[in-house]
Amino acid sequence: MATITTEDVSHVANLARLEFNEEETKDFTEQLSRILDYIGKLNELETDDVQPTSHIHPLQNITKPDIVKTSLPRDQVLANAPEAEEGYFGVPRVIDTD
Amino acid sequence: MSLYQLTAHELHDKLKAREITAVELTESVYERIEEVEPQVKGYLTLTKEVALEQANAADVGFKNGDEMSPLAGIPIAIKDVICTKGVRTTCASKILSNFVPPYDATIMTKLYKQGAVMVGKTNMDEFAMGSSTENSAYQITHNPWDLNTIPGGSSGGSAAVVAADSAICSLGSDTGGSIRQPAALCGVVGMKPTYGRISRYGLIAFASSLDQIGPFTKDVTDCALVLNALCGKDEMDSTSVDVPVPDFTQSLINDIQGMKIGVPDEYFAEGLDTEVADKVHDAIAKLESLGASIEKIILPHTDYAIATYYIIAPAEASANLARYDGVRYGYRTEEPEDLINMYKKTRSEGFGEEVKRRIMLGTFALSAGYQDAYYRKAQKARTLIKSDFDAAFEKVDVIATPTSPTPAFKIGERTADPLQMYLCDVMTTPASHAGLPGISVPCGLVNSGLPVGLQLLAAPFNEEALFRVAYTYEQNTEHHLLKPQIFNVNDK
Repeated sequence: MATITTEDVSHVANLARLEFNEEETKDFTEQLSRILDYIGKLNELETDDVQPTSHIHPLQNITKPDIVKTSLPRDQVLANAPEAEEGYFGVPRVIDTD
Repeated sequence: MSLYQLTAHELHDKLKAREITAVELTESVYERIEEVEPQVKGYLTLTKEVALEQANAADVGFKNGDEMSPLAGIPIAIKDVICTKGVRTTCASKILSNFVPPYDATIMTKLYKQGAVMVGKTNMDEFAMGSSTENSAYQITHNPWDLNTIPGGSSGGSAAVVAADSAICSLGSDTGGSIRQPAALCGVVGMKPTYGRISRYGLIAFASSLDQIGPFTKDVTDCALVLNALCGKDEMDSTSVDVPVPDFTQSLINDIQGMKIGVPDEYFAEGLDTEVADKVHDAIAKLESLGASIEKIILPHTDYAIATYYIIAPAEASANLARYDGVRYGYRTEEPEDLINMYKKTRSEGFGEEVKRRIMLGTFALSAGYQDAYYRKAQKARTLIKSDFDAAFEKVDVIATPTSPTPAFKIGERTADPLQMYLCDVMTTPASHAGLPGISVPCGLVNSGLPVGLQLLAAPFNEEALFRVAYTYEQNTEHHLLKPQIFNVNDK
């Protein structure tokens, strides 16, 4: 398995929408390397003919009837929002108007 | 004896006979909380006002001679990962510091229907990620048996408040051992039911293919009573399974004559504390003397369970925790430059270190070029671990092991090294991968006075076998009657 570099950590941090300073990046690189090193023991297992398990029950896609039901009232949904305006969630400007 | 010291089934008898009222009982529990909570710190939120209303309602029912559930009027503490309508639910994270759920988890609706009384919300490792409850953004919970030690985790608050008698019972969640391990370390009964037994609707998600809700109680009878109230298919959780739910109290049978109990060598390997090993061997000998036949079994892939877990759980977590973006609920950073910057700053400021570590680990394991080498490999290893158990349960009814390789350790002892902390879960993660039901019951104290847990595992949906063995063991031993001498410790 791969060794992990500070560049990898910065790349993964961006994918995960996290940001770290230089020292944190160094710490995470060290810790993740050690953890991945330990996880590397899975390579001892011969798994070519093994089916992966994503879920322990033999469940297939489960659907329910497409019936309109009452959902939460809008004011309750927005009550936890850090910013809400005119019935919408508020976020920083996404589209420039210039 | 004070009311708070009793079990739910003892209290139910008194409530039914109208020797006591639910309001008196609730007041008694809050008096106990005032006494011990400054040292134990098991609660994040107390809900006394609501609790007294609920207790009052139960009293009306008892007074009218209504048919009352065994949980009516019983004060129960709820892990702060379970959504409670109108009551702040934080997951012990800064990112949910102000989150007040607009709905109840299915199991809360079920508990309220039974007339249960909610005492408060308990402390935990942030987002249930940890084995010591030291990863809470708010406070450190202390083990009532020795206030210098951790209560285990991630449901450490729920375990500690039952051990300290500051709740009659409680609920936790178990992803890789988060009910069983703290139950063992706090000397109480804790059960993780079969994956799919209990609806996860309203349980804030960590690793969706592993998470399961379960009870902490003072004895096995209470465990069966609480489990009775929680199980069943729920249309709000497509992974809850539609299987018949037995009355688990019917399995409280003091007889294990002819039952086969498997003991896997792999769980008694290097790294197991010798005093813990002795206590667990004593417990197994006791089960044999009570009529069970003890059989050696092998679970050859046990050693790969932690590595497998620390791919699968973080991978699922990295996806589940993507929802914390500072838009719809929870914490948002101040004055972000733009949308992406808002996401990054909100998440970096809102999540604690361990949560970030697991998101990073999971995102890496799922990222382009690494998914087959890590995530898919781990899913295949999971199949092998599950196959070990399938083969074992062809031969035995129940498997007996230690719950934790060591008793409670000192606060701060393992925080510096994440990998050492992960290895706490070595006895509990294998059953999680296979979705098995497991129970931890007290089986004695080591010389330093800390409790040891015996873990019993059974095939999926065979909780009944666990109850029968655990109940027989409990009825023929006195370990579950031992209580922490919390004030003596404080006097030191």
